[in-house]
Amino acid sequence: MSNVLIVGELKNGELKKISKEITSAGRKIADALGGKVTALLIGSGVEKFAGDLGAVGADSIVTVNAGDFNAETWANLVAGVIKDKNPSVVLVPHTSQGKDYSPRVAVKVGAGIIADAVGLSVDGGKVVAKKPIYSGKAYGNFKVTSPIAIFTVRPNSQEVVQKAGAGAAEAASPSAGDAKVKIVSSDLSGGNKVQLAEASIIVSGGRGIKGPENWPVIQGLADVLGAALGASRAAVDAGWISHSHQVGQTGKTVSPNCYIACGISGAIQHLAGMGSSKYIVAINKDGDAPIFKVATYGVVGDLFEVVPALTDEFKKVLG
Amino acid sequence: MKIIVLVKQVPDTETNIKVGDKSINEAGIKWIISPYDEFAIEEGLRLREKNGGEVIAVSLGPDRVQESLRQAYAMGADRAVQIKVDNYVPFDTVLTAELIANFAKAENADIIIGGRQSIDSDSSQVVIQVAEGLGIAHISFAVSLEISGTSVKATKEVEGGTQVVETSLPVAITAQKGLNEPRYPNLKGLMAAKKKPIETKTPADLGNPASKIEVVGLEPPPPRIPGRKLEAADAKGYAEQLVKALREEAKVI
Ligand SMILES: Cc1cc2nc3c(=O)[nH]c(=O)nc-3n(C[C@H](O)[C@H](O)[C@H](O)COP(=O)(O)OP(=O)(O)OC[C@H]3O[C@@H](n4cnc5c(N)ncnc54)[C@H](O)[C@@H]3O)c2cc1C
Repeated sequence: MSNVLIVGELKNGELKKISKEITSAGRKIADALGGKVTALLIGSGVEKFAGDLGAVGADSIVTVNAGDFNAETWANLVAGVIKDKNPSVVLVPHTSQGKDYSPRVAVKVGAGIIADAVGLSVDGGKVVAKKPIYSGKAYGNFKVTSPIAIFTVRPNSQEVVQKAGAGAAEAASPSAGDAKVKIVSSDLSGGNKVQLAEASIIVSGGRGIKGPENWPVIQGLADVLGAALGASRAAVDAGWISHSHQVGQTGKTVSPNCYIACGISGAIQHLAGMGSSKYIVAINKDGDAPIFKVATYGVVGDLFEVVPALTDEFKKVLG
Repeated sequence: MKIIVLVKQVPDTETNIKVGDKSINEAGIKWIISPYDEFAIEEGLRLREKNGGEVIAVSLGPDRVQESLRQAYAMGADRAVQIKVDNYVPFDTVLTAELIANFAKAENADIIIGGRQSIDSDSSQVVIQVAEGLGIAHISFAVSLEISGTSVKATKEVEGGTQVVETSLPVAITAQKGLNEPRYPNLKGLMAAKKKPIETKTPADLGNPASKIEVVGLEPPPPRIPGRKLEAADAKGYAEQLVKALREEAKVI
């Protein structure tokens, strides 16, 4: 039997979409391997999400009561549950948190790990993980040969499928151990209203927006769409916006359903971060800009005219 | 203070990648140090300049990685070590981390610094796996770092902002953009680097760990949904068409 454990993630006490995405992906794998899906949620008051994860395929939910995120203690908790449940496949979100604790978990349980998977399939009783490599210029398929296989999964890469599992909740209290790193203070004010790396729609601005005073043009569209605000490195390096908004090789890798690039030329380092977006809209004055090579819909025009018109039009149809 | 900096050699971003069966075709590839590892080297050098000690640059791979190690020498590293693995799978983080951890243990390193991810695999795994292998603290996505005596204070990027964290040596760090500006090696440094020795270690020297992944195969990226440029008389016309396309054709909004 090959059981699957998924490790969910919360934000401000709410279940993140990636938690449902990997539960659905775990369900598909478990069905192919003839196993069960257990979802692990760490936090306080997390029992209330059992139904949400049950509805997308979790057979059971293990909850662990814990305070704020700390990579070391989280790694101990996850490894503790893995040792107890003995799954052969573990799915973890490829998010800031997932990247922080998953390496420790892999070593603790002696598992091989493939990070940033965008595709998961089953072949010969083993999961095959597909991931973009070399800045998206190739894709690789990998299997893990150790008894436990861990995959970190890119947000937005897996479909959420409604498929009822039993969703029975059970509390566990593995040892959290001590953390060697103490968190002194947090400043969470600088970030996006909508998280860039997990957003399903992103509106990005580049050097073409001309100056920081023009972000409201881009933000206006983002707000109407409930989208995250992105930026090219040129806009970041000019000091127009903080690095946390940067998309690309030295910024964030994103895979939204829709990426709207405004005044961005589409340099290879920018494409490295957003090239796997499902639909790409490019709004650029220069019809020869490289961004049009990857754009699904291209508008050759002035962003200062097109973006406000687009914002108005969406306001109309989205009410 | 003994500082190990991790130097991964990767294809230059602008290099054309030709996909072979289980690896890429290396003919004609221009190799560079993975950009985040440059931040790691720079930070190692700055820590040594302030606290004394030595910087050991470590790279894993076939003999071509010596070129990257020479660059680390030219920037100012004190020693350079190649972990010589000829059939190197750049996505095998567990094997890589185990070799590096065993090396770091033998050296009794105080600090291990690498990039937040390498740009060929985007895994963000190796440095933290090394920390776990050694049973030491780690700080990921560091954008500032202060070490005095054995106490470590850092600012790290987290979702939605930053955190200030504290720990004590030994520690493993992953470097995020913003940590520093890497220096350029000067001509004198480059000339001197040519003559410096590069130590080599084999997997057998480092416990001969086993790989836990199998490469099934590489393939070109999936084809993109075919694109088109829209035609309209004015901004309003473009807006109407775009909204229609995104809602009715793509169904993403
Ligand atoms: C090691 C390295 C790492 C890098 N990492 C990144 C990264 O992570 N992310 C990243 O983005 N870049 C990165 N870069 C930089 C990258 O090479 C480009 O320089 C950068 O992406 C350019 O940003 P841009 O498209 O905003 O600016 P530009 O290339 O200057 O393009 C601006 C575009 O705006 C258009 N425009 C101007 N005015 C208007 C208007 N009124 N209406 C519509 N369009 C208009 C222009 O036609 C032009 O195409 C990296 C480079 C290096 C060397």
